Amino acid sequence: MCQHGPGAQASGFFIGGESLIGRDGLRVRFDKLGIVIALLAAYGALWSSFATLKPNRIVQGKAGSMLDSLPAWAGWALIGVLVVAIAAALFRASPWIKLIAAVAALAALTLSIGYAATFLTPAGNTYARVSPASGFWILLFAFALLAADAITRLDPPPGMRVLFLLLAAVAIGALLMSGSWNGLSIMKEYSGRADVFWVEAGKHVELALGSLFAAVLVGLPLGILCHRVAPLRDGVLNTLNLVQTIPSIALFGVLIAPLGWIATNVPGAAAIGIRGIGVAPAFVALFLYSLLPVVANTVVGLAGVPRAANDAARGIGMTGRQRLFKIEFPLALPVILTAIRIVLVQNIGMATIAALIGGGGFGVFVFQGIGQTAMDLVLLGAVPTVVLAFASAVVLDALIEMNSLVPNGARSA
Amino acid sequence: MIEIDAISKRYDGVPVVDNVSMVIEPRTVTVVVGTSGSGKTTLIRMINRLVEASEGAIRLDGEDNRSIPGYELRRRIGYAIQGHGLFPHRTVAQNIATVPGLLGWKKARIDAKVEELLTLFQLEPKTFGPRYPHELSGGQQQRVGVARALAAEPNVLLMDEPFGALDPIIRAKAQEDLLAIQKHFGTTIVLVTHDMNEAFHLADKIAVMDKGGVVQYGPPAELVRSPATPFVETLIGDAERPFRLLSIAKTGAAAEPGDADGAPISEDRSQQEALADLIWSGRDALPVISKNGVPMGRVTLDAILKRAARPR
Ligand SMILES: Nc1ncnc2c1ncn2[C@@H]1O[C@H](COP(=O)(O)OP(=O)(O)OP(=O)(O)O)[C@@H](O)[C@H]1O
Ligand SMILES: [Mg+2]
Repeated sequence: MCQHGPGAQASGFFIGGESLIGRDGLRVRFDKLGIVIALLAAYGALWSSFATLKPNRIVQGKAGSMLDSLPAWAGWALIGVLVVAIAAALFRASPWIKLIAAVAALAALTLSIGYAATFLTPAGNTYARVSPASGFWILLFAFALLAADAITRLDPPPGMRVLFLLLAAVAIGALLMSGSWNGLSIMKEYSGRADVFWVEAGKHVELALGSLFAAVLVGLPLGILCHRVAPLRDGVLNTLNLVQTIPSIALFGVLIAPLGWIATNVPGAAAIGIRGIGVAPAFVALFLYSLLPVVANTVVGLAGVPRAANDAARGIGMTGRQRLFKIEFPLALPVILTAIRIVLVQNIGMATIAALIGGGGFGVFVFQGIGQTAMDLVLLGAVPTVVLAFASAVVLDALIEMNSLVPNGARSA
Repeated sequence: MIEIDAISKRYDGVPVVDNVSMVIEPRTVTVVVGTSGSGKTTLIRMINRLVEASEGAIRLDGEDNRSIPGYELRRRIGYAIQGHGLFPHRTVAQNIATVPGLLGWKKARIDAKVEELLTLFQLEPKTFGPRYPHELSGGQQQRVGVARALAAEPNVLLMDEPFGALDPIIRAKAQEDLLAIQKHFGTTIVLVTHDMNEAFHLADKIAVMDKGGVVQYGPPAELVRSPATPFVETLIGDAERPFRLLSIAKTGAAAEPGDADGAPISEDRSQQEALADLIWSGRDALPVISKNGVPMGRVTLDAILKRAARPR
């Protein structure tokens, strides 16, 4: 992470920035990342198209620039906001200014794309689809980068980062509820299958969180066991490593036969949902993939507990269990949480593939979309997955930081 | 009383502590000295069974230390680990409160004890109690480590180089405090150190370890007068011998009737200090006063020098 404390900021002025000496001797300082963002944004705004109009949801459409896609006043207003935001990115300024500029640009972009949809769709035409084109995505990426960089430089405490996330969630929620995006293709895909969307969303979260939960339940004790019984360690870790290298599709395939066998031969198994295809193999596969990070980090975390602390704990009369829960576990917690973060993000992404074997989740839309060559349907599955993964990463990072404040002393991590 | 009875510890057949027997009297300070790797830590860790002996037995007040579970034994015996071994995720106050907590003391009693110990070791409870170990200096950490070992008022206290990281002034103070605590609670202390001055200052008896064995065990004066092996002799140091003798005897013991001029010295100062005062002030004799300031006669340079000479 980029460490710019408030103190470092002033001196960093000259280190990070290219400087030009103006005629009047005034220094104009550029921000290196800002230059990249500005170039990216300029490319997105000038040389790429903003929105695509398609006669129906599966044919190729015609892409247009900002001014083509919006009424003149809105087009120019958007360009105005973007220019100001690019300027804020380009020059050395307080991170707050950059953050505000980025948020303004993102707001302008998201509102404009919704407006473009309404503007471009011929009245009464229910087949025509408007979707964001490459320029929109590039601009979105550029200003998201600016926002992320600004937040990094602000180096907010973990609680504040979660607050930022909540604000963003509220803003996105408000945007969706307001209906200003209803003209967009992706929202049309959504409105056609709103019920299914939430069912699949539920399945997706269940699959990702459930397999994580199971992995923690099994992985923690297994990790503790590996830590205490050294001869076990290599065997267990190598086996889990091996599992990790099996491609997910192959693992699903491998699991179909044994789970199918269990379903038919173990009484009651089928009743609780164990089948050769569907949720069960997806769950088992995600669980197996999750085990390695959890077990490995538990072992590493426990091994990192200072010997002296452990020795002292024994020396003053703690039992093995007291030592585990009062000393070793709290000290290993940040490392274990890191594993949980990795696993959660990984599972949210991988749960998409569960749809391939009937496991449900957002992957359903992705694969349906691919089947129908309807890119907007693919997005309906992909975008929530990415958002979910990103949000859980932020929350868990914050959690990890809160937990490592104490043992590591200064907020160095 | 701690009876160490023919105790040995072997790692892979190699003896690290080899057939050591000694009796540690109750309410005394025994200091274990010896070169690095001579088995000092291993020996004292066998007392609280952090290391299980390969052979032999250790009895505390006649009771074999294997008659109760190890963790229960260790709650009764204070242990200040080499280094400080503080728990990095717990505050100073929580660290000190650990054993009383394990023993199920009431909160009020624990808090009072923590405050008492912090004050005793000159760490302001309000300032230092809520801090984490990494927010302390090395010397402060070490004092907290000792305070933690003392928290449950154990009868027996094992200390492994407890004052190594302290500056001379704080160290002298910590040694005085330890002796005061030891007198007050009647604690039996077994302390490991590399510092011979510290050993002579604190010890009722010194055990010298060499290559896993105790080569001599006796009062400090005896080690100086009749070192059992050349190793003990080197450890005490040829140049230091006379001063070591003087350092363990009180001025009062060398006092004789008579008068002397100049500033007096208290009877409870060591004879080494009296010698230093004599040399520094260029006098032949010092007036001696009792602890309450009552004149007790004088101490002469001659008398001191005689006492520093090799005993025959
Ligand atoms: N767990 C162990 N396994 C093998 N050898 C050990 C073990 N613990 C200690 N030893 C060895 O036993 C010997 C004595 O160690 P010990 O820690 O008792 O020395 P010490 O006198 O306390 O030394 P120091 O003054 O350096 O602390 C050393 O040679 C050490 O290498
Ligand atoms: Mg040692």
